[in-house]
Amino acid sequence: MLSFILKRIGLLIPTFIGITIVAFGFVRVLPGDPVLLMAGERGLTDERYNMLLKQFGYDRPIWQQYFDYLGGILSGDFGHSLVTKKPVLTEFFALFPATVELALCAIIFAIAVGIPAGIVAATRRGSFLDQTIMGTALVGYSMPIFWWGLLLIIVFSGWLGWTPVSGRISLLYFFEPVTGFMLIDSLLSGQKGAFISAASHLILPSIVLATIPLAVIARQTRSAMLEVLGEDYVRTAKAKGLSPRRVVGVHALRNAMIPVITVIGLMVGTLLAGAILTETIFSWPGIGKWMVDSITRRDYPVVQSGLLLIAAVVMIVNLLVDMTYGLINPRIRHD
Amino acid sequence: MTEQTASTGAETSAREAKAQTRRRMLAEFWFYFSENKGAVIGLWVFLALVVIALLAPVIAPHEPNQQYRDALLVPPVWQEGGQWAYILGTDAVGRDMLSRLIYGAQFSLFIGVIVVSLAMAGGVSVGLISGYMRGAVDTAIMRVMDIVLAFPSLLLALVLVAILGPGLLNAMIAIAIVLQPHFVRLTRSSVFNEINREYVISARVAGASPFYLMTRTLLPNCLGPVIVQATLSFSNAILDAAALGFLGMGAQPPTPEWGTMLADAREFILRAWWVVTFPGLAILVTVLAINLIGDGLRDALDPKLKRS
Repeated sequence: MLSFILKRIGLLIPTFIGITIVAFGFVRVLPGDPVLLMAGERGLTDERYNMLLKQFGYDRPIWQQYFDYLGGILSGDFGHSLVTKKPVLTEFFALFPATVELALCAIIFAIAVGIPAGIVAATRRGSFLDQTIMGTALVGYSMPIFWWGLLLIIVFSGWLGWTPVSGRISLLYFFEPVTGFMLIDSLLSGQKGAFISAASHLILPSIVLATIPLAVIARQTRSAMLEVLGEDYVRTAKAKGLSPRRVVGVHALRNAMIPVITVIGLMVGTLLAGAILTETIFSWPGIGKWMVDSITRRDYPVVQSGLLLIAAVVMIVNLLVDMTYGLINPRIRHD
Repeated sequence: MTEQTASTGAETSAREAKAQTRRRMLAEFWFYFSENKGAVIGLWVFLALVVIALLAPVIAPHEPNQQYRDALLVPPVWQEGGQWAYILGTDAVGRDMLSRLIYGAQFSLFIGVIVVSLAMAGGVSVGLISGYMRGAVDTAIMRVMDIVLAFPSLLLALVLVAILGPGLLNAMIAIAIVLQPHFVRLTRSSVFNEINREYVISARVAGASPFYLMTRTLLPNCLGPVIVQATLSFSNAILDAAALGFLGMGAQPPTPEWGTMLADAREFILRAWWVVTFPGLAILVTVLAINLIGDGLRDALDPKLKRS
């Protein structure tokens, strides 16, 4: 197992170096002078320009600049935002929990609905119910989620007035973040109604972000179940006289879950891409909205480091998924 | 003379036999494809969209960018205050929604075709080279693809557009770059499966050049999964381009691209539901039709499913 983990980590190193090259190269290939772009100042005097040139190290050979950059990253220096002047890493960690909270709620919702839907569809293959579930899943899979979010706002916030339009919590409540997770912090604050407010702000964004993962999970569960239900051991279990519930729930489901878990694990990238749109629509203060705002504001140090940090998060989560997968399915480990 | 006729005769019959095989394969393909009712519906919807896009100047009741200042935010015809002149209503500057949606079909299909062509041409070539050469070349190519895949696709497309500058063309290039690794991986693994088959070895023994082997021997046998991936990429390209348009980084106003229309409509969501609903519905219907076709293609082209 240890060698398996080490091998996986070893494979990540070249990818990580590649990602740093992409992030480093990003500022250099932008049209315009990198000093002006990264300083974000206008009408510089020659003196100031030369000072900044030295400060950023752009007067040095390109490979040396890269190693300076890499050294900075490894010591935790990801640059400063042009707009807020705060370190990028500080901003990232302040906003990251909001995205994690949203993504976790979305994936829990997607699993809680998607897996049972897939099982029902598989066990009643060809029935009207199966066709309805799979039809709905295909619609969900084809959904432009930014539009879906707007529709839900029109119906649930506009017409019915059930849910708030945007943000993480009502402005009536204020407390210092402890964990960064609004659901937990609102409970810890002890303020009446704060938790309900936080939860009601989470509902629509979670549904929107969960839409595509839910569809993928339902489809994957159905096809994995169908494959497993045709296996000999399932027939044996049936022949033994076990109840259908036990055959499906224990014998079939456990084996069908392996591909489903892989698909869920690979969804981190999808969730983060979806978070860009979902957070923008619902003004959710997470890293997706942060990246979009930074791109439109030309806050290039944030874009550069944000890109790197997000890719690193995706890589680390994929590694963790790989390792859990190795734990669940011993066949992979010994390859 | 007689020899010549005999040889041309043999050639014709060979050609005929080939044509017959092709027809039989096509018939078999259609048999499996049409088994899937959804796929057939998807195909019809898609063909209808193509016709709408091609005939847009003829069937659109208004110019897409014509602003009628006396008809701002007119609701659809079936709602109170609606007018027959603007069947699906007008937007905030008095442009006819229906006409803009019809012209928008041109953009979405164009985006899909160009992006998939770019991504497929690049991805399949690189995948063929990677799978055929193996060794260091393969490792290097796959590492580069891993890097591209490490970024969430929409984020990478956004950043690429930030580099290239906002606009439809740049958005299409960015999406093609993001989608291309999937074609590389797929082609490469198909080549791995095929390369040790007897027909490849016999072609090699017969003296086929690497280029001939890659393009004529291997490529046709790797196309099945690539075609399925192409339909998936087609719908992804439309969705991503609309998302970029929605974020203000794709097609720029006043282009009647569906995503860009949605971006314009955002501030009116609680006042004029139709400016938000219809462009998104158009995207959904298009993407759904293509995904239905994709499901049907997978059923028809996947030999494993056929036998079961």
